[in-house]
Amino acid sequence: MVMAKLGDSVRRVEDDRLITGRGRYVDDIKLNGMLYVSLVRSPHAHALIKNVDVSAAAALPGVETVFTGADLQEQLGSLPAGWTIKDMVAPPHPPMAFEKVRVVGDAVAAVVAIDPAIAADAAQLVDVTYEVLPAIVDAEKATKPGAPQLHEESSDNVAFNWEVHGGDYATAAKSAEVVVKQRIINQRLIPNSMETRGVVADYDPGNDHLTIYTSTQIPHLMRLLFSLITGHPEHKLRVVAPDVGGAFGCKLYLYAEEVICGIIAKNLGRPVKWTEGRQENYVATTHGRDHIADVEICGNKDGTITGLNAHIYANLGAYLSTFAPGIPTVLFGLMLSGQYKIPSISCKVTGVFTNTTPVDAYRGAGRPEATHLVERMVDMFAQEIGRDPLVVRRKNFLAPFKNGKEVATGVKYDSGNYQGALNRALEIFDVKAFREEQRAARKEGKLLGVGFSTYIEICGMAPSAVAGALGAGAGLWESSTVRVHPTGKVTVLTGTSPHGQGHETSFAQIVSAELGVPMEDVDVLHGDTDRQQFGTGTFGSRSLAVGGQALMMSLKKVKDKALKIAARELDADPKMVRFEDGVYSLEDIAEKQLPFASVALAAHSALNLPPRMEPGLEETSFFDPENFTWPFGAHICVVEIDEATGETKIAKYVAVDDIGNVINPMIVDGMVHGGIAQGIGQALQEGAVYSSDGQLLTGSMLDYAVPTAEDLPSFITDRTVTPTNVNDLGAKGAGEAGTIAASPAVINAVVDALKHLGVKHIDMPLRSEHVWRTINDAKVAQRANRSVSAVKGS
Amino acid sequence: MPTTITVTVNGTTRTNEVDERLLLVQYLREVQNLTGTHIGCDTSNCGACTVHLNGKAVKSCTVFAVQADGGTVKTVEGLASNGVMHPMQAAFKEKHGLQCGFCTPGMIMTSIELLERNPNPSEAEIRRGIRGNLCRCTGYHNIVEAVKFAAAGTGGKK
Repeated sequence: MVMAKLGDSVRRVEDDRLITGRGRYVDDIKLNGMLYVSLVRSPHAHALIKNVDVSAAAALPGVETVFTGADLQEQLGSLPAGWTIKDMVAPPHPPMAFEKVRVVGDAVAAVVAIDPAIAADAAQLVDVTYEVLPAIVDAEKATKPGAPQLHEESSDNVAFNWEVHGGDYATAAKSAEVVVKQRIINQRLIPNSMETRGVVADYDPGNDHLTIYTSTQIPHLMRLLFSLITGHPEHKLRVVAPDVGGAFGCKLYLYAEEVICGIIAKNLGRPVKWTEGRQENYVATTHGRDHIADVEICGNKDGTITGLNAHIYANLGAYLSTFAPGIPTVLFGLMLSGQYKIPSISCKVTGVFTNTTPVDAYRGAGRPEATHLVERMVDMFAQEIGRDPLVVRRKNFLAPFKNGKEVATGVKYDSGNYQGALNRALEIFDVKAFREEQRAARKEGKLLGVGFSTYIEICGMAPSAVAGALGAGAGLWESSTVRVHPTGKVTVLTGTSPHGQGHETSFAQIVSAELGVPMEDVDVLHGDTDRQQFGTGTFGSRSLAVGGQALMMSLKKVKDKALKIAARELDADPKMVRFEDGVYSLEDIAEKQLPFASVALAAHSALNLPPRMEPGLEETSFFDPENFTWPFGAHICVVEIDEATGETKIAKYVAVDDIGNVINPMIVDGMVHGGIAQGIGQALQEGAVYSSDGQLLTGSMLDYAVPTAEDLPSFITDRTVTPTNVNDLGAKGAGEAGTIAASPAVINAVVDALKHLGVKHIDMPLRSEHVWRTINDAKVAQRANRSVSAVKGS
Repeated sequence: MPTTITVTVNGTTRTNEVDERLLLVQYLREVQNLTGTHIGCDTSNCGACTVHLNGKAVKSCTVFAVQADGGTVKTVEGLASNGVMHPMQAAFKEKHGLQCGFCTPGMIMTSIELLERNPNPSEAEIRRGIRGNLCRCTGYHNIVEAVKFAAAGTGGKK
């Protein structure tokens, strides 16, 4: 029996099933009479569909039927962009292409067969005639005259232009002593959740009920969007997210395959399953990042930063994915003040269509791009004026604050103590000792470097009215129900939808702490639209800060009601009744006690309820926060570079994060580790690469370097605690912090290791050849400079 | 061409007719209904499908079911005995060596074999030993801790 408190590292409830092979992921579901769908996908990045001949495929024994995009055109509708930027171009996005394909992987036909292997065989027999068109994959080039054009609606492939301006950057730059400019590439990434996507759709024609099991982060939003575009009534649609094997943002949308499978199941009156292959996942599931940024930072030689200016080409891929327009704009541009007081900030974002897989949220979603840019530019500024990057950071930090601080981008941080987190990190990591080690190593031809990243994060999506004003198509509040059963057992229904975050544990922990019931008596149910009231889902590190608060509100209502019932049972004034560790008692009469379960029974038996009180003990709450939450922290990375080969290794990594109050430190540490790993992965080795004609060259796990255990070190993690006042838990959100902080910490460390050679910047990923060339080019330049000065001197 | 194979899986011997092209992982999942073994890729990189075949950890997507004919397979479902978790399973729970759980069965099967070969591995040896299994959630930190914990708990015994 585990009685949990907030702040305990309670072992996870989820683990027993997941480590014994009893988890239930979508591909584990098998329904009676189920058929298998295999999708025929375009091998071309840009082409007109001239003809689709399905006759050979349809004739293969075991094939039930074959649908083309044209067959289902009317029923499938168009996938929507759920975030709108002013004057945005949102072209149609048919789930199955019928006239034109715009990316390798666009589905053009669906084969349905009695067996997945037969379906795959038959898919190869579908004969599609294409007229291949020129393709474009580079976001900047796509905007230039003469570039291939993806959509009739946009003549220059531009989906939107978005801007934010605070202060007056032009004037700041004019009066600054120093202006540093840099182009920074934030490369495209493939999320690589270990479970690919999958869909099982089951239609009950008698009741017009459609059930869709799908590996998603947003069952309710997915149901809403599915219903809106297909016309299938929302109340007769059930969406279930069973165990979900990781997502990191890539399962946050309404996807083509969800619609295709749902509609096919309706047409056939039989259940169908589609399971995404990994190579299919690489083209059919959203990618992340892909920014070309031209950045300027300006300030004075004393270290004061006075302005930041950025123009970004954000590659959106071939179509607008559900949240895509919000990621490189709101979640990026509004974050550009970092932890600093920067009086003038200017940012323009050009969102561009290209013949590539759509880009949307990937762990951090906009904030890693912003942090990378800000933290790199702060280091470059420090290098330019010849000052220690820590000194420059401290000089520009916002002073500690508890009740809100507005920055130049117009957003208001909730609470922060940036010096505090950095100080803690520097207690763990001795910079002075490192500098000595670095000098000594350099004499021996070994290159060591240290990098710092002091980051800000935005979580707790979101105050609905604010999100709406920024372009969100729906409110982003969260819901909970606490259902106390007559025996005192508790069921929690949450609108959040975990996929590795351990909500079944941390939410049960909150219930256990608040109601004094053992963890075993609490069941947290999520991810089923027939069970839970509407909720928003799990993304943007929002679940505890928003969903946890919704749970706290329901618990408060339950406790308020239960106390009144207890008082009646104890024949006392409610004011005199205490509730502690799951027991109601009276202050001065020790023998008068009542356990929570007895009150639960009394609430249901209803034999002795206070006048006009409704029977039962179940409460529902909807929480819409007043502000976002703003976690922060300080990360330190040490790298070791082999000068001869360019091989770069992480020698040490220290992370101090401030995510406010922590419910389960073990779970938080785990999320920080995973987040750092993804940030280091981007810095060192990951990157999606397209050929100029739109073929994904990193098209399988053989070619895309997901970090292995050997690529990463163990991490040193610690925390400072600056609670938020946005919710009662004081919790800010932890899921993305590591990823947001890590990439600039690594790059800053590498530049630190190479700056004696004159290196000022290096783009990700740090593949050995790239680092070696950077070192070599720097040496060549140094030699050239020396000979020039020698000539001048002679 | 359907072929008849006899395989002992988690102590139970069954004879089935299977397609020659059926992979061992598909046989386990679709024919034996043992869905604890997962498929995470199509290039034998991720290791989610790792099981023990005749006592050795193999990626069951690289083995045809017919190659397992006459053999013995152990999957994650066969690790616990009498409702008591295998020490490696217990270690993964204790050290929080999993988040979404998708890579976990394969990771556990690999880790068990790792300790069978090398009962007291260094951290570098653990990292090398599990590098054929990808995890995207944990950054491997707590998986490494779990394997260390299991090694310490078994005192170097098998």
